[in-house]
Amino acid sequence: MKQLYYEVKKCLGCKSCEIACAIAHSVSGDLFKVLKEEVLSLPRKKVLHLKDKNYPVSCRHCKAPICVDACMAAALIFDKEKGMVLHDQTRCVGCWMCVMVCPYSAIRPNIKTKIPVRCDKCKDKDEPSCVKACPTGAVIWQEEILIDTKK
Amino acid sequence: MDNFKEKSIDIATQEVLKKAKKENIKTAWDRLELQQPQCGFGQLGICCTVCNMGPCRIDPFGEGAQVGVCGANADTITARNLARKIAVGASAHSDHGRDVAHTLSLLSEGHAHDYGILDIDKFKNLALEFGIDVSKTKEQIAKELSKKLLEEFGKQEGELIFCKRAPKKRQQIWKKLNITPRGIDREVVELLHTTTMGVDNDYKNIINTGLRCALSDGWGGSMIATDVQDIILGSPLPVRGKVNLGVLKQDCVNIVVHGHEPILSEMVVKASKDPELLKLAKSAGAEGLNLAGICCTANEVLMRHGIPVAGNFLQQELAIITGAVEVMMVDVQCIMPALQELASCFHTKLITTNPKARFPGVTHIEFQPQKAYEVAKKIIELGIENFANRNKERVDIPQHEMDLVAGFTKEVVFQILGGRYRATYEPLNEAIISGRLRGLAGVVGCNNPKQTHDYFHTTLVKELIKNDVLVLQTGCSAIACAKQGLLIPEAAKTYAGKGLQEICEAVGIPPVLHLGSCVDNSRILTAASYIIQEGGLGEDLADIPAAGCAPEWMSEKAITIGFYFVASGVYTIFGASPFATLGSKNLTDYLTKDLEEIVGGRFEFCDDPLEMAKLMIAHIDKKRKALNLKPVMYS
Repeated sequence: MKQLYYEVKKCLGCKSCEIACAIAHSVSGDLFKVLKEEVLSLPRKKVLHLKDKNYPVSCRHCKAPICVDACMAAALIFDKEKGMVLHDQTRCVGCWMCVMVCPYSAIRPNIKTKIPVRCDKCKDKDEPSCVKACPTGAVIWQEEILIDTKK
Repeated sequence: MDNFKEKSIDIATQEVLKKAKKENIKTAWDRLELQQPQCGFGQLGICCTVCNMGPCRIDPFGEGAQVGVCGANADTITARNLARKIAVGASAHSDHGRDVAHTLSLLSEGHAHDYGILDIDKFKNLALEFGIDVSKTKEQIAKELSKKLLEEFGKQEGELIFCKRAPKKRQQIWKKLNITPRGIDREVVELLHTTTMGVDNDYKNIINTGLRCALSDGWGGSMIATDVQDIILGSPLPVRGKVNLGVLKQDCVNIVVHGHEPILSEMVVKASKDPELLKLAKSAGAEGLNLAGICCTANEVLMRHGIPVAGNFLQQELAIITGAVEVMMVDVQCIMPALQELASCFHTKLITTNPKARFPGVTHIEFQPQKAYEVAKKIIELGIENFANRNKERVDIPQHEMDLVAGFTKEVVFQILGGRYRATYEPLNEAIISGRLRGLAGVVGCNNPKQTHDYFHTTLVKELIKNDVLVLQTGCSAIACAKQGLLIPEAAKTYAGKGLQEICEAVGIPPVLHLGSCVDNSRILTAASYIIQEGGLGEDLADIPAAGCAPEWMSEKAITIGFYFVASGVYTIFGASPFATLGSKNLTDYLTKDLEEIVGGRFEFCDDPLEMAKLMIAHIDKKRKALNLKPVMYS
């Protein structure tokens, strides 16, 4: 199972990943056209800044996702095979419960469409667009590994 | 893996790129790949680095910051960024003009004895324009003229003398908008001033100031450069030449001149015929001296002497990669910093000549107009000396070259159309009025590896001439079309529409006219003014059925040229990627829509050459209709 990882030291905060993400989820898929689209595509990823570091944040597709538990419309399910939290837009009622419970602030409300947006790992592509977009290689796309956080 | 056809449509370029790949030499195309993805904020123009509270960025998706620390919004930020580019472009052209005017001044004092007054008619006409009594001696006139020309740069009030060349109606429009340039340097400085932190926050006003600055280039610095170069280096006349990397010669000492200012390269041309140097070359084992050019320096020496052109902007590295270049002598502008490292991979000696443009560790032989010929000789001698260091096994010159005819100026076009004794623009105007010609197009500008090299220039121009539009060209665009054989009279038969074909055959011109270097875009402005003067095509430059385009632009200078064309009433399309203004809808709309009502011209951004042609033709037809002209004869 491939997951997104970040080398935080390398992130310069240019937010290119954000732009690439919004473009990847737009209709035109083109930077120069994306701003003219009727429904503005929003980035699923945000680069957050804390102290002297930048943190690109997007849905981590937790194995015990509390957003799924919180969803009253059963629009969210955890697909074990894909290792991803999937979102059924047709069932979503836009209550923002998932937005509230996410411990990483990785689910973002699109107020206009009343639908939350989250990273779908660019499911139609070979790899998420943010990986290619990062000029410094801070975004890493690799098989899941166990990281010793105590180090 | 590497699709060379996608990189360039030019076969010679493809061949050298293959060689580069084989030898693991990197070019602009490779570096572009390494730059991917290019920053979206930069491309949209919403990154502001003006002050130290920043850098600030506007979130184009409307969620995050919509203003910088100072409060500047996307409109102000994009307008300021663009304005700075206009100022830089104008500075480059105008500083070139200043150097040329300064050479005239030295000449008048007897210090630049390698030069002379070679076009006496133009010299006297120019002196008359500046109100100088031409009954005086040549030296006296030159002294007064150069003083007046140099004063144009430092003038504080009034207006640039060359503005008077524009039709009355155009001058009135400029006055009404308060964009008549007063002094060349003043307009650049004032524009830069308005863009610093906390000055002009009205994007429309910033663009207005930008238009005035651009006009000080087109109707100032560039025009001075062109006219004075014609005077001291000689006015071009139609001349045959050859183009593409195949002009480099296997058995000769190859000297390539590259850059923009022809004052020194003119002397290199002279010195390349020096019997003493030829003898020296022979004794070094070479068959002779071969001079070739790249970029606008190439266009200048082509226009005046028929010196072959090795290539356009994206071919500067390729010339060195052929392994056959002994010396690449550069002056200013468009010289890739990459040349230094590249030259060190070969025997090629890169020589800088201008105190404004140096590379660390590169041989610098400073050009002084007072010792011009001496410097030129020294450079050629270094080339001859370097011939022995050439590694013959690494030499691989693509055997592709093409004939071309260049050397068209506003004066020459007069004579070609009307004959030497009744020089007139009447036949040209008549051709447009009668519908034999649909109209005119200026296709100019650079190369950009972001799109297939030369493809936009040539596809657009072919489509235009097919539709009976006479195309005027300068710069790297002209070189692109020349390589594809569009600059020979025979091209009319193959590519031009019937009406344009008839004209080309009657007067013996190619369907695409090469007017020179980028500063020679000023020739297009004066030619257009003559067209209005001749009558029948309206009262203002904006009335002429004409359009402009820079399909593969990359330089800031291209932006400035675009602005002075638009400020002169011309509908102008830019290809490659649009100006970095898309982050502001207001500014983009202002440039691409509102400006037409205000100055008569406007911008358009388009990334498809056939679509560009369609837009230009539609605009030309619109102007024909407004003038109540007959329908196009053959359509």
